[in-house]
Amino acid sequence: MVAKRIIPCLDIRDGQVVKGVNFVGIKEVGDAVEMARKYCRDGADELVFLDITATFEGRKTFASLVEKIALNIDIPFTVGGGISSLDDAARLLDSGADKISINSSAIARPALIDEIASRYGSQFVVVAIDALNCSIVTTHGGRKQTDKELFSWAKEAQERGAGEILFTSMDHDGTKAGYACEATAALCGSLRIPVIASGGAGNAGHIVEVLTKGRADAALAASIFHYGEVNISELKKELAGAGIPVRI
Amino acid sequence: MIAIIDYGCGNIRSVANALERLDCQHVLTGDAALIRSCDKVILPGVGNDAEALQNLRLKGLDRVIKELRKPVLGICVGMQIMCRDSEEVAAGSPERTVQGLGIFDSHVRRFPTCADAKVPHMGWNCIGNLNLGKCRLFEGLDSLKYGRYMYFVHSYYPTLCQDTIATCRHGDILFSAALKYENFYGTQFHPEKSGEAGERLLKNFIEL
Repeated sequence: MVAKRIIPCLDIRDGQVVKGVNFVGIKEVGDAVEMARKYCRDGADELVFLDITATFEGRKTFASLVEKIALNIDIPFTVGGGISSLDDAARLLDSGADKISINSSAIARPALIDEIASRYGSQFVVVAIDALNCSIVTTHGGRKQTDKELFSWAKEAQERGAGEILFTSMDHDGTKAGYACEATAALCGSLRIPVIASGGAGNAGHIVEVLTKGRADAALAASIFHYGEVNISELKKELAGAGIPVRI
Repeated sequence: MIAIIDYGCGNIRSVANALERLDCQHVLTGDAALIRSCDKVILPGVGNDAEALQNLRLKGLDRVIKELRKPVLGICVGMQIMCRDSEEVAAGSPERTVQGLGIFDSHVRRFPTCADAKVPHMGWNCIGNLNLGKCRLFEGLDSLKYGRYMYFVHSYYPTLCQDTIATCRHGDILFSAALKYENFYGTQFHPEKSGEAGERLLKNFIEL
């Protein structure tokens, strides 16, 4: 049976890991490669790196960081942020990324999903969806609402060739009060592809909840791991104790 | 020296990175003479079986690989194209299957879609029945922390056959997680992405 995955997410700005609360009020927290290696040792199953740099220079820094990460870690990792064309995806694949995550660019031009999936396979394409009220799809960290609806957009992404959906509930993100379990469970029930739950992790119990009641295939979190509030190897023991299949 | 066959097929960089971490000398190449001169050969692959086979045939590397008598390791699609046939035909093809290299006595079939076994089969899963082939590839895995867990990403699986040396289960399907025939080895999982366990397996291959 395939194990449920624990995925630390690292937001990167100018090569440094940062973490914002509700995507504003960004703080720097550490060196990306060092943190990635530590998470590997602790038993993280995958890593996600999101480039939140806006500048062209910053993008180049990110691509060389991806190369360094690929050389240094031996588990799969996804990169996202600013990917808006097949060329962008190709560059990151060449730098060593296992998957890419697309969000607003897929909303602006859904065919991008088809293009990347048919060129590099569905396993390479993660479609990230940030939703308000577990229904309105947003972009720009929740600041811009779109006319898309969470469930129909997730389904469309799947039909177009997405290999996974990374669902972030913007109402839960940064609150540390738990994931949007009901919506996550409904989303998992409506899709054939794996769903990564994101937004709201405050303790190990929340992760247990989203992997059981929430039916998620993987749980993503950032600050609870970055600030050492939850240690991944301890978390894995707790998950195994709750009867959840994990790599332990 | 290990040759990593470069035939324009997906992410071969991660295999090179894994060998780099093991301080193992390697070369990325599609050159037949260079491939023949190396001690061992790795055939990686990501993507579509039919396209991978076509790329290999265009470069004349299908025959080169079959004739090798040194250890060869196929990874994921690299292994699937070494099987008898595959249901992963090229987009738009009217054929039901595409002919493989026929090294392993296995057929590559598509996973049925079902609620509790999503397709692609993606993530960490346990490999079992490691004693089937008494194969040195798996030596030392049980002494590692996550030694039985390997990273899989695939929608098609190789059936069980006489060459099966490890198995894995996804939903109701028990399939070949690894295959061996004479000097040819194959893993459906990605050892280069499977943490310490995968690293150990690659080290075992290098030391064969």
